[in-house]
Amino acid sequence: MSESVPGPAPEVFAPHEAPVSPPQASEEVEFVQLLTPEGERVEHPDYSFDLDDDAIKGFYRDMVLVRRIDSEATALQRQGELGLWASLLGQEAAQIGSGRALNDRDMVFPTYREHGVAWCQGVDPLRLLGLFRGVDQGGWDPKDNNFHLYTIVIGAQTLHATGYAMGQQRDHAIGDAENGEATIAYFGDGASSQGDVNEAFIWSSVFNAPVVFFCQNNQWAISEPIDRQTRIPLYQRAAGFGFPGVRVDGNDVLATYAVTQQALKRAREGSGPSLIEAYTYRMGAHTTSDDPTKYRLNEDLEHWKLKDPIERVHAYLARHAGVDHDFFDQVEADADKIAAELRDGCLALPDPVLTDFFKHVYVEETPQLAEQRDQFAAYAASFEGEG
Amino acid sequence: MTKITLGKAINAGLRAAMEKDPKVVVMGEDIGKLGGVFRVTEGLQKDFGEDRVIDTPLAESGIIGTAVGLALRGYRPVCEIQFDGFVFPAYDQIINQVAKMHYRSEGRIKMPVVIRIPYGGGIGAVEHHSESPETLFAHVPGLKVVSCGDPVDAYWMIQQAISSDDPVVFFEPKRRYHEKAELDESVPPVQPLHQAKVVREGTDATLFCYGPMVKTCLQAAEAAVEDGRNLEVVDLRTIAPLDLATIFASVKKTRRALVVHEAPLSLGTGSEIAARVTEECFYHLEAPVLRVTGYDTPYPPSRMEDDYLPDLDRVLDGVDRVMEY
Repeated sequence: MSESVPGPAPEVFAPHEAPVSPPQASEEVEFVQLLTPEGERVEHPDYSFDLDDDAIKGFYRDMVLVRRIDSEATALQRQGELGLWASLLGQEAAQIGSGRALNDRDMVFPTYREHGVAWCQGVDPLRLLGLFRGVDQGGWDPKDNNFHLYTIVIGAQTLHATGYAMGQQRDHAIGDAENGEATIAYFGDGASSQGDVNEAFIWSSVFNAPVVFFCQNNQWAISEPIDRQTRIPLYQRAAGFGFPGVRVDGNDVLATYAVTQQALKRAREGSGPSLIEAYTYRMGAHTTSDDPTKYRLNEDLEHWKLKDPIERVHAYLARHAGVDHDFFDQVEADADKIAAELRDGCLALPDPVLTDFFKHVYVEETPQLAEQRDQFAAYAASFEGEG
Repeated sequence: MTKITLGKAINAGLRAAMEKDPKVVVMGEDIGKLGGVFRVTEGLQKDFGEDRVIDTPLAESGIIGTAVGLALRGYRPVCEIQFDGFVFPAYDQIINQVAKMHYRSEGRIKMPVVIRIPYGGGIGAVEHHSESPETLFAHVPGLKVVSCGDPVDAYWMIQQAISSDDPVVFFEPKRRYHEKAELDESVPPVQPLHQAKVVREGTDATLFCYGPMVKTCLQAAEAAVEDGRNLEVVDLRTIAPLDLATIFASVKKTRRALVVHEAPLSLGTGSEIAARVTEECFYHLEAPVLRVTGYDTPYPPSRMEDDYLPDLDRVLDGVDRVMEY
């Protein structure tokens, strides 16, 4: 430890947990796991996975397709077709498990990396590319898929989720664990330091709002490791706000499903918010503009490769569920087909026209803006016919 | 018909809006049992319940951020920021979320959020309680910014703001909360929300003002009669967008313009008016557009605020300058 690291935190911060430093950087802290990295099912006293092997095959397919979509988008960025891409590589289980636990009335507030959750909600992957290609700033209608627009300002969406959940309360849409409504807010370990996230915790707690806070702790906020954000495991923060928190193996799709399902039921039945810390790892760069070789060790990456979220499900299905290579081959073929469609769709996205976007600033356009739009249109038209 | 104060007029306007539309919710700090530190929401929680009149935690970003979520759910939140200087923790949510949501969603999402802010000085308050940050919002595409100057406008403008499908930052002149006027609720409003009004007809020069400065400018105009000057006074009411049609018409009539506001001089509302009037009324002007405003300092300790704020004498001094140019 360098001298800049502060001494042990005073006991008052976590009287029930000693010592408090530095367990957050280690998997030694107990988490919920139902499928080991080797593909073995394990029991947990509080959580169980209650779906059959067909459902697990579905999760497998989801994760492979989403990883393929993600890698295609990265390739498109490398070829200059996207300005940026934020890869979800390594976080497929966290997103598919939690996403598949949602009912068709639950509402999702994503960051900009929830491509897997978007997939679960039925958002066309091509729509996700618009923001990154620079043709729009969110090309889908949140109402169509109960999936809000990507939010780039870190943590801001957790307050939106909380307000939306307060609306669900006022609409009397809660009270039933299966058929009620809940809201899920995604955010990362870096966002846990944001004021907005902490305010969202307070608000949802004091108003008992039906929010599931789903934190993907992927260990890195661009170049800053988790120990720059917290001295205690993130899930333990929930206790201070007055609601349950749980750490789950974020690379275990069965566990993320089970834990999220329970938290959603709790929210839908009116028992209030909860925090899930999905303990995972950002296998790629923060975005395509980032260079992780400058700040983290390759050994860590190798270590986490052994915990791959897809490999363990493949192992389980092949060894214990009698799934043969026809299924896996078909999933690969489906993935290639979707990637090809995504590529073609991306290249065919029409370039936007600035005059159209003037119209979206206000519901009721101001005379000033109408004047500027007309001026731009006239200016642009003055070049027509020029070579 | 009875006389009503500006503060009570906003209360009555909020009540009318809440009765008309069950989706209107009011939220802020101390607005429930206390009725707000200025009592503007007095009695609303008793009559509409805690689900619609929400005492919030003390977190301004939380107030606006959750209002965004409520709006996404179909509600029409009216947020109270307790004092002008306390809005800044919410600035990100206002600028990046409230203002841009309609744009970035290409019109799919509306943000009918009203942000009420008591603003301005002259009440002997401690720091952060007397500021005029309207330009910091008026500069932001996606927001609309208004300020009421009298009780009748207060009553109607708050309802018009709540009806607006665009977000509106609603600046309330706190030192005028106790000003009284006759209000007949059965007479519909004359102006739509984003229209200025000529509150005093005149011929020699126009005073453009809004919020707390409307009364000051009307008093100055009366005093100027003794000097043989017939001043027009325009209550702008809407700062974003400015009602340029009314502004230009008045300048073309009087040929001289003075903009008065409490906010600092540089890059203030007066700067935009001066620029636009110069563009549109260049050959009508007998003098450059002048400004009488707060100075480019932080709001001073209150024992000095009478020197900082534009008052009758400073406005008349400005009138002298614009007349004698």
